[in-house]
Amino acid sequence: MNASFQHTDFASMYDLEIKHPPDAGGHFGRFGGRFAAETLMQPLKEIEEAFFDAWNDDAFHAERLQLLENYVGRATPLYHAERLSRRIGGAQIYLKREDLTHTGAHKINNTIGQGLLARRMGKKRVIAETGAGQHGVATATVAAMFGMDCDIYMGREDIARQMPNVLRMRLLGANVIPVDSGTATLKDAVNEALRNWVASCENTFYIFGTAAGPHPYPLLVRQFHTVIGQEARAQILKQAGRLPDVAVACVGGGSNAMGLLHPFRDDESVRLVAVEAAGYGLSTGKHAASLAAGKAGILHGNLTFLLEDEEGQVTGTHSISAGLDYPGVGPELAFMLEEGRLQLDAATDDEALEALQLLTRSEGIIPALESSHALAAGARIAKTMHSNQIVLINLSGRGDKDMNTVFKHLGWLENES
Amino acid sequence: MNIRLSKVFERCKREGHAALVGYLTAGDPDIATSRELLHALADQTDILEIGMPFSDPMADGPVIQAASERALEAGVHIGDVFSLTRSVRETHPDLGIVLMGYANVPYAMGFEMFAENAQDAGADAVLIVDIPPEEGHICDAALKKHNLDRILLLSPTSTDERIRLASENGSGFIYYVSLTGITGADMGDINLIRNKVTHIQSMSDMPVCVGFGVKTPEQATQVAQFADGVVVGSHFVSRISEAKDNDAILATLIDSASQMRKAVTSVSTAATA
Ligand SMILES: Cc1ncc(COP(=O)(O)O)c(C=O)c1O
Repeated sequence: MNASFQHTDFASMYDLEIKHPPDAGGHFGRFGGRFAAETLMQPLKEIEEAFFDAWNDDAFHAERLQLLENYVGRATPLYHAERLSRRIGGAQIYLKREDLTHTGAHKINNTIGQGLLARRMGKKRVIAETGAGQHGVATATVAAMFGMDCDIYMGREDIARQMPNVLRMRLLGANVIPVDSGTATLKDAVNEALRNWVASCENTFYIFGTAAGPHPYPLLVRQFHTVIGQEARAQILKQAGRLPDVAVACVGGGSNAMGLLHPFRDDESVRLVAVEAAGYGLSTGKHAASLAAGKAGILHGNLTFLLEDEEGQVTGTHSISAGLDYPGVGPELAFMLEEGRLQLDAATDDEALEALQLLTRSEGIIPALESSHALAAGARIAKTMHSNQIVLINLSGRGDKDMNTVFKHLGWLENES
Repeated sequence: MNIRLSKVFERCKREGHAALVGYLTAGDPDIATSRELLHALADQTDILEIGMPFSDPMADGPVIQAASERALEAGVHIGDVFSLTRSVRETHPDLGIVLMGYANVPYAMGFEMFAENAQDAGADAVLIVDIPPEEGHICDAALKKHNLDRILLLSPTSTDERIRLASENGSGFIYYVSLTGITGADMGDINLIRNKVTHIQSMSDMPVCVGFGVKTPEQATQVAQFADGVVVGSHFVSRISEAKDNDAILATLIDSASQMRKAVTSVSTAATA
C-alpha cells in the first residue's frame, strides 16, 4: 500500500506505508492489545476500520497533508544547533523543531489526523485527556476548526501547574473538566475520559493523546506522528549528507518518541534513545520512568510497562513536567525495548531545568519541560561523542506553558499557591 | 462449567424467580466491617460478586470508585480479598461467588496463582471488566484449570458477532450491562433492555444477568420479568457511604437487600422460562 498519490511536492515527502504493524489484535509482541470494557469494543473496532479505510484513501491524505502544511506549518525545520554543540563539546546537535508547529507542540499532528477521522465518522463531539495541556489545546484547536463540541479532561493538579493552557482551551471554546479522582493527574484524566466515552461513544470521538491506549490508538497515533521522523530523516540527509548516529526523544506515553524514532527503526546504524522523567531521581521512587523501573501490566486498554506496587495497584508518579507524569508507556516502545532496538535514558527534574536554560541561553530557543528531558540526555550523550558525529533531538514543544513552573524553581516568583 | 453456579440458576428456575446478584467491594470500608456486610448480603442473594479493589476502576462510577479508594486506604490486599471470600464460603456452601475486578491485579499476581487462590478460597467464577474475549489468551487456561467460570459482559453496543464470541468464550452466565455507561448510572429504557436480553437469550444457552443501573426494587422487579438474574451493585455500595456508623451500615444494607430480594422473587418466571 505505497504512496500512490503525489499531489504536491510536500506530500511526496512522506511514505504512507504502514511499517512494522501490530498483529490483527493490535499486539506488538506480548504488548498492546485491546483490554477494554465490552461497551467500547465495538466503537474501537469502528475506529480501527475507519482508520484503515482513511489511510487507504488518497483524499484523506490530501486533506491531512494540506492541513499539516498550511495550518500546522509543516515541514518543521531541522536546526543545527552549532553554539549548543560547541558548548557541550561533542557531537553535532540537530533539533527537530516541533515547537514551531501551530499550538507549539507535536501533539497537533495527531489531533489533525484524529479530528479528520472523527469528522469522517460523523461524530459531532470530541473528548480528550490532557496532562501538560498541549494535547488538550491541540484537540480544542481542531475542534474549533471543524466546528465540533469539545470536552477536555484534566487532573486538578495539572490544571494548577498548566494554567495558561487551561485558559487557551477555554478561549478555543472547549470545556475543561477538572478530575479529582485518584492522583488528579494524567492517568486519572484518562480514566475519566474513558468513563465519559463509554456513555457517549454513539456521538463522540475520543481523541487519544499519545501512542498508548487500546488498539488501534497506538498504531494510529504513531502513524499520524511519523511525519516528524520522516521529515527529519530527509532533512538530515540533505543538510549533513548522512544519517544521525543517535536519535533522542522524551517519553510520556510515547507519541513524539514514536514520531521521531519509528522512521529510523530500520536504519540499524542509528541508536534510538527514549528519555524518561527521572523526577527526583530513579532511586527515590519519585519519578515517571515506567520503561526503566516498571513491570508489565495492564492499564488503559493495553499491556505495557507500568509503575505499580507488588499487587498491581498503579502508583502515583512524579515529574516536574506534567506531560511526562504518566505511569504507563506506549506498547510499541515497550516492545522495541525488549527487542533491544531501543535504548533507555532518563533525566531528573533538575537536569531538565538546567537543559532548558542551556538551550535558551545558547540558542535563544525556550523548550518545553518535556522536551528539556530529551535535551538533557541528548547533551549528555553528545558529550561522549566526536564532533563529526550527529545527535538528533526532538524538540517536541515550546516552553511558554512552563514559564510559571520555571520561574518558581529559579526563585523569581513567590510561591503563592 | 462450574457446577455450583449452574445449580444456583437451576434452583432459582425451580423456585420460579430470577437470581439476585449482589455486589460489594471487598474491604470496604474496612476488613472487619466488610466481612459482616458480605455475610449479610450473602444471606439475601443467590450470587455474590466480591469486588477486588483497584487504583484505576475505569468502568465504575463515583460510588464504586469511592469504595475502591476506601478499601485501598484501609490497607486491603489481594490476600484479604481471598480470606473474605473464604469466610463467606464457609457459611454459605450453595452461594455462587464471583470475583470481580480489573485485569492488572490478577495479572500482577500471575493468572495461574490467582486462579489457584481464588478456587481455594471458594470462588466459582471470575469477571474481569477489561479482558474481553479477544484477550482471553492471558487468563482462560488458568481459570479453566481451576474450575472457575469466566463471566463475560455484553452491552447495548454488542453486535451479534460479539454475542457469539461471548457465548463461545464465556461460561457461568452472561452479564448484560444495561446501559452504555459506567456503574451507577441511570438505567436505560426497560423495553430496549428487554429486547436485547431476549435476543441474547435466543442466541446463547447461558443465563443472562442484567446489571449496571438497577437501583430501586421497582427496577429490580421489572428486570426480573425477563432476565435470569438481577445484579445490584452501586445501590448496595452506596449504603456504606451514606450511613453514619458501622451499625447503621449493616442495618440499612440488610434492609435494602431484603427489599431487593422481595422485589426479585415477587415475579414468577415460571411462565417465561
Ligand atoms: C511538548 C510535549 N512533549 C512531550 C510530551 C509527552 O507526550 P508523548 O510521550 O506522547 O510525546 C508532551 C505531553 O503533553 C508534550 O506536551
